[in-house]
Amino acid sequence: MSFLNNAITGVSLGSIYAIIALGYTMVYGIAKMLNFAHGDVIMVGAYVCFLAMGSLGLPPLAGVLLAVVVCTALGIAIERLAYKPLRSAPSLAVLITAIGVSYLLQNSAQLLWGADTKTFTPIVGTDQESRLWLVPGQLSISYVAILSVVCCVVVMIALALFTGRTKMGKAMRACSEDKGAAQLMGIDVNTTISVTFAIGSALAAIAGVLMCSAYPVLSPTTGSLPGIRAFTAAVFGGIGSIPGALLGGILLGVIETFAKAYISTDLSDAVVFAVLIIVLLVRPAGLMGKYVPEKV
Amino acid sequence: MKKKLNKNSLNGFLNYGIVIAAFAALQVLIGMGRLSNTLQSLLVPACCYIVMAVSLNLTVGILGELSLGHAGFMSLGAFSGITASILLQSAIPMAPLRLAVSMVVGAAFGALGGVIVGVPVLRLQGDYLAIVTLAFGQIIQNIIMVLYVGVDSRGIHFAASSKRFDLAPDGTAIIKGPMGAVGVQKLASFTAGFVLILITLLVVQNLVNSRSGRAIMALRDNRIAAESVGINVTKYKLMAFVTSAALAGAAGALWGLNYSSTVASKFNFNTSILVLVFVVLGGLGSIRGSIIAAALLYVLPELLRGLGLDDYRMLIYAIVLILVMLATNNDKLKALVGRVIPKRKGAVNNG
Repeated sequence: MSFLNNAITGVSLGSIYAIIALGYTMVYGIAKMLNFAHGDVIMVGAYVCFLAMGSLGLPPLAGVLLAVVVCTALGIAIERLAYKPLRSAPSLAVLITAIGVSYLLQNSAQLLWGADTKTFTPIVGTDQESRLWLVPGQLSISYVAILSVVCCVVVMIALALFTGRTKMGKAMRACSEDKGAAQLMGIDVNTTISVTFAIGSALAAIAGVLMCSAYPVLSPTTGSLPGIRAFTAAVFGGIGSIPGALLGGILLGVIETFAKAYISTDLSDAVVFAVLIIVLLVRPAGLMGKYVPEKV
Repeated sequence: MKKKLNKNSLNGFLNYGIVIAAFAALQVLIGMGRLSNTLQSLLVPACCYIVMAVSLNLTVGILGELSLGHAGFMSLGAFSGITASILLQSAIPMAPLRLAVSMVVGAAFGALGGVIVGVPVLRLQGDYLAIVTLAFGQIIQNIIMVLYVGVDSRGIHFAASSKRFDLAPDGTAIIKGPMGAVGVQKLASFTAGFVLILITLLVVQNLVNSRSGRAIMALRDNRIAAESVGINVTKYKLMAFVTSAALAGAAGALWGLNYSSTVASKFNFNTSILVLVFVVLGGLGSIRGSIIAAALLYVLPELLRGLGLDDYRMLIYAIVLILVMLATNNDKLKALVGRVIPKRKGAVNNG
């Protein structure tokens, strides 16, 4: 039973990682940049939801919507102000700028909302009574876990439909394949990149709220470690691939939970990253990434 | 016949000159009592960061591979160096010699880490080194957080948890898991840091200006072309990467022996990024740029502490970082600077 309980925890944690990883993977696929500020957008989303529910007294759903709106705007603003001017700059310059944005968000959050950790009120109940008992007394799922998995599935289906069926989705796929050729075909590359950032940031807001509902501590650095883990998940599944982000996220969540349960609580990070290294050595493009041979 | 010095070696000598002059000036200031205690306490860490920046520049600027876990090697060096210094306490009573030996041990462990990471990874192409070094940094931090090392009359003990850590009553614990290394005798000195910088410069500049260094730079500029003229990719990549890791290990040992206690979380992702920022702002491939950027950017935020801007310190740092990146990559601004200052003839980014 503890095995099943751990598996459930792992999958729900993995769903959250998958939602964050989607933001990384989409931005990487299209803009070819590692957006290190993504983790901090998660934190901003969680704070907005926390304040909306706490200070403004809004219902949870309105809080989440507000967080999504704020994060989307923030994502577009960051892209316009910090990344767009660097479109033709070397990738390292963009990376350092992303790190600068990450520091900026963390320190602004610290100034605005204080450095102390806040206790997040879960958007759905998490106390012992409000769980779904599959086997009474032994096997249960918290509502947050159910919500995380449902969100993840809905987001994945929506994204698959969006990238597969809509014109904008087609433009995104075209841009990720060959930006120059896409531009020649009349695709507005800048708008496409902005839309990608907007979607990624909106997902970050959702992930932030879910994460803080499952692990209710909130501080200005809340986003950085999950950000790094989700980035790992994106690489794990094959960076640039949307199904890869789902697979990578869920596997990472499961591995982390099992490592905590069966190996050592303190060594879970080491196990997760060791698995990542091994996977990369065997499959350099990640589990579902396309290996592109270099043409000479 | 007198051989004319070429531009590269002149550049190199200038770097030694700058470091020696800075050291002499600071020593005079210390002697005159003009340097506050706060500033004096920053000298050794600044030396460590300079060595870190120069060594990372070897990987990022000269070899052209992104590394996001340079602090991991520093961590290896710090904890192995601390362990060595405590183990050798009775064998080598002379403090400077023990410090030197500890730094060599730190460098050896850093190099070992470099080989472990580099051998499998440097065969792959793309951003793998970035991701794997990131992972490596996290793994090292995580492992040292649970590692217990101690010494007693029966020998050295290693354990992965406090429960299994049985030390005889006469023993000393060296590394205590999440508490890190405690009760370290502070052996580091500014002079040691200065010597380490000189050694680093000697190693890096001679490597860069050698046949191997040219091979490494050829790999950076065009791997396929370099491979086609018979340059062994893995060998030269590994050479640069392991040298860089070894120097980071030595810097770590110096850092560890500068404080009475050191925790593994000091050497986290943020530290790696901090050093990367020094390298990028100083200029990729420019050794002098790394030295100056590391020294200034390490000391400046600390100086801002005294100005009543404590809360806004890191915010200002972040904004400056973004603005500098935007300004240095702005085409219009570049064109303007280009018109005002005509480009030096045959300027190479090799300082």
